[in-house]
Amino acid sequence: MGAASPIPASGALLLQQKNPSLRVSLLHRRKGNPFTEGSRELFDLAGQGRIDVFFLGGAQIDGEANLNLVRADGRRFPGSFGSAFMYSVVKKTILFREEHSPRVLVPKVEFISARGDPAALVTGKAWFSWQKDKRRFRLESVHEPGDIRAETGFSFDSADTVPTTPSPSAEDLALLRGPVAKAIAADYPDFAKRVWGIN
Amino acid sequence: MTPRELAQAIPDGALLALPPDYSLPAMAVVRALIVQKKRNLRLLGVPVLGLCADLLIGAGCVAEVESSAVSLGEAGLAPRFSEAAEKGEIVVRDATCPAVHTALQAAEKGVPFMPLRGVLGSDLIENRPDWQVSQNPFSEGEDPILFVPAIAPDIALFHARWADEAGNVWVGRRRELATIAHAAKQTLVTFEESKPGNMLEDELLAPGVISAAYISAAAPAKRGAWPLGMPEVYDIDDAHLALYAGAARTRKGFQRYLDEFICIPEKSSSPASSRA
Repeated sequence: MGAASPIPASGALLLQQKNPSLRVSLLHRRKGNPFTEGSRELFDLAGQGRIDVFFLGGAQIDGEANLNLVRADGRRFPGSFGSAFMYSVVKKTILFREEHSPRVLVPKVEFISARGDPAALVTGKAWFSWQKDKRRFRLESVHEPGDIRAETGFSFDSADTVPTTPSPSAEDLALLRGPVAKAIAADYPDFAKRVWGIN
Repeated sequence: MTPRELAQAIPDGALLALPPDYSLPAMAVVRALIVQKKRNLRLLGVPVLGLCADLLIGAGCVAEVESSAVSLGEAGLAPRFSEAAEKGEIVVRDATCPAVHTALQAAEKGVPFMPLRGVLGSDLIENRPDWQVSQNPFSEGEDPILFVPAIAPDIALFHARWADEAGNVWVGRRRELATIAHAAKQTLVTFEESKPGNMLEDELLAPGVISAAYISAAAPAKRGAWPLGMPEVYDIDDAHLALYAGAARTRKGFQRYLDEFICIPEKSSSPASSRA
């Protein structure tokens, strides 16, 4: 997990609760940080091919899966972080963005921080797969019924009827609200407070 | 030595390498730089920047920033940085994290450049005329690869947990601080506590040490990373970071923050209380 990634971290920790052999490394773990060589180690690991899955977001994501973390419409964003490297070096990159809107999902980014082939795009409203040969997203499921095309600035493929994403099971919810929330709160206190009301 | 004297040793226009918020920034010296009205500093994020950079930029101390990102983490965007970048008041040389590490490691090795995989296809390259994309000289087929030039900062500045009588400092697992100490022409360090003797004689401590050979000057600074944290000694002051992020949204609010927390007579390196 890289910078500012409490959502995928929560997902990974949930999976780890059910599959304890999974290794989850949080870059910004405040206590018990898994890295000993400082902040370069995450990138060295990726360069060695040791990272199986990484997650990336962006201020803007376009229909060709380009990421923009630098600037748009005269506004300055924080910057590309390690995305320009990780996106092309890690075998499986999952794009994520809580906000699903035409503001975020644009036809074409103003600045390409990183270009690559993602494994998927997950937003607060939907899950898309990536068609590598066509360089085009395909809508696989929506979390709630709604007009996804109106909310998405880029064009994409989809089946005629799009299924609804299955809701988390009672067991998954209990794990998320219990041990996962507690683990996340240690490194992302504001996020844990907002999502689970943990102080 | 005092943090104020370390700041005095940093000239206007210096290329200053700073760690991210999670890696022991020397906040007492950063505050002194602002009080001393330093100008035209060129900041290098190793590999990202946070509160130090936003404070220095807001206070008018900075001409240029090279970093893979400038942000306040959970406290949100870095407001002074964002405004200065949007208005063209500072030059921003966008990078990506491993490119900064690689460039510093080239200086650390005494070579003029080092290659790095990935990054091709990013607009970052177009904006960096100093980066080169060339054929991998060891590959038979077409194999373009990015080359980044070595960066040797004028000054590396950070906070350490211990300094000993021999002049060694201990930073634990924060090895990016060792990289900048090796790459930089001078390294200035504040430290939380003194340790008697020589830490290099202790096999458990030695791997976290940066040897005195690299350290130009060191000054004691209790709570020297505040409001950022020092692992096992004091936590990040999240409430204060949120207070700063709110205040710094406007120039007026930022000036009020400076008046309250920065431009105060130096009695100790941290204020008595953090008013929310």
